[in-house]
Amino acid sequence: MLRTIAVLYVTGLVALPVASVVQHTFADGLAPVIEVITSEDFLAALRLTAIVAGIAVTINTVFGVGMSLLLVRYRFRGRRFISAVIDLPVSISPIVVGVALILVYGSYGWFGGALEDAGFRVIFAVPGMVLATVLVSLPLVLREIVPTLEEAGIEQEQAAQSLGAGPWQRFWRITLPTIKWALAYGVALSLARSMGEFGAVRVVSGSVAGVSQTLTLYVNDSYQEFGAQAQQQAFAAAFVLMAIAVVLIVVIAALRPKEDRS
Amino acid sequence: MSQHPGRSGGRSGEPSGIVVRGVHRKFGDFVALDDVDLEVKPGGLTALLGPSGGGKSTLLRIIAGLDYPDRGTVEIAGQDATFLPPQRRSVGFVFQHYAAFKHLTTARNVAFGLEIRKRPKNEVAEKVQELLELVHLEQFADRLPSQLSGGQRQRMALARALAVEPEVLLLDEPFGALDAKVRKELRDWLRRLHDEVHVTTLFVTHDQEEALEVADEIVVINEGRIEQVGSPGDLYDRPANDFVMSFLGPVTRLAGELVRPHDVEVLLDERAGAVEVTVTKLLRVGYEVRAETLAADGSTPWVQLNRVQVDELGLQVGAVVWLRALVVRAAA
Repeated sequence: MLRTIAVLYVTGLVALPVASVVQHTFADGLAPVIEVITSEDFLAALRLTAIVAGIAVTINTVFGVGMSLLLVRYRFRGRRFISAVIDLPVSISPIVVGVALILVYGSYGWFGGALEDAGFRVIFAVPGMVLATVLVSLPLVLREIVPTLEEAGIEQEQAAQSLGAGPWQRFWRITLPTIKWALAYGVALSLARSMGEFGAVRVVSGSVAGVSQTLTLYVNDSYQEFGAQAQQQAFAAAFVLMAIAVVLIVVIAALRPKEDRS
Repeated sequence: MSQHPGRSGGRSGEPSGIVVRGVHRKFGDFVALDDVDLEVKPGGLTALLGPSGGGKSTLLRIIAGLDYPDRGTVEIAGQDATFLPPQRRSVGFVFQHYAAFKHLTTARNVAFGLEIRKRPKNEVAEKVQELLELVHLEQFADRLPSQLSGGQRQRMALARALAVEPEVLLLDEPFGALDAKVRKELRDWLRRLHDEVHVTTLFVTHDQEEALEVADEIVVINEGRIEQVGSPGDLYDRPANDFVMSFLGPVTRLAGELVRPHDVEVLLDERAGAVEVTVTKLLRVGYEVRAETLAADGSTPWVQLNRVQVDELGLQVGAVVWLRALVVRAAA
């Protein structure tokens, strides 16, 4: 009984919508799909998504590793405050994150005017989209690494130190191998989150086709246009996003047990 | 083995000593070390013995560079090392919980310090093989630490520390996490290893039996101060004060004096300096018998005897006997 409910629930909630996207995508065969995914606007959106997600994940990986070392290894005033603030951007709505960014970096925001005078545009440009994506996936890497670091303790590092290893040698030879699975899992999660982000990026991007349109924005804008051609674009792009997500889920699932075993 | 790793004790060719002068360390209001002075003999096997919270681990960590004193100096091999980072001290450190590098095999663990020093590959392999033989782990070279027992991990940690030929070897409660039988084995083994590799060794323990059995010299440390330094025999027979006496072995109080229960004579008639007592309990533990008594002043001294002595004396509960200390301790 319980199992039937569970199966029905998951089918209705996940499997049916996914299947319907697949069905709509390939309703007229493969040719229209290929036409969409080789179109200029689609490729521009794909490229922009890759750039934005790539930069954001890189930033969050460096930040996550550095900050988790700081939070686990050092006791300082304001440590718990910092830890709580890092969780804030994922707890509030992405739209709010986007609006907040405009208030700070927009043309009439706190720093926006000054930055534009210096020739650096944040809002309605790639930096703003990266910023929004960084914020909405800020703690994902950090929260994966912290428990692993706490469990590993400090003694292996001290042993390495007494054997002559300097800070960088300790990081590459001890810290990184210790956290590698947690790190990989965190990166995969961040990547999934970054590529799928819509709300915050929508607010700060302006969504100009071929210029500041990521894949999620491409799906949304195409879907809201009239005509079978636009619908086809929306479904094909949605399918690509979904396929990437599935690959990431498989990667994450493959990483999980390894982490538990060690 | 013709050449023992670590024998030379590093740079100088002679084993190096440790000199600690006026080291003071506070944690908040708690004084962990109170102006401690200590000289550790070159080439010796010295125990830092004391109750937990007495400051012995803090002192060891300060010598290793894992902690720093508020004031005072640490010299290793004649060089001021007080504020040198651990990686520049030439100190081997062995942790209570092994601190094995979990992602590296036994051989790679042992090779770690040599790889950091960028020694040629064949030299590293040779040295690792030699050390694994020394700690009897040669057949476990390719295992991960998780596949080793606690005792094996600690031997690996010791080989790892010795690989870089440190000036001094420091061990923090090295057998504390092991069960009683393995602990005993490793104790004997450490003693024999030190006879082969004469590196200056300082180990922390709260177990007086371990210190008495293994060390050449014992430093008793309590409440941040050094109570006494001496050979195991010295400390046991000529303790500087009541704390050292009661920490190093069993004690009982006879006519107000602290004595060892096996240094008490049981007499069947009254003699000069003997205390009259009534036997209240005879507790047999194997061959040994613990005789508990009650004196007229209300004190309850006890005597360590054996079965033969009890039979010869015809000792029984309720009997009145006289007790006299065989060894009278000189005033500290």
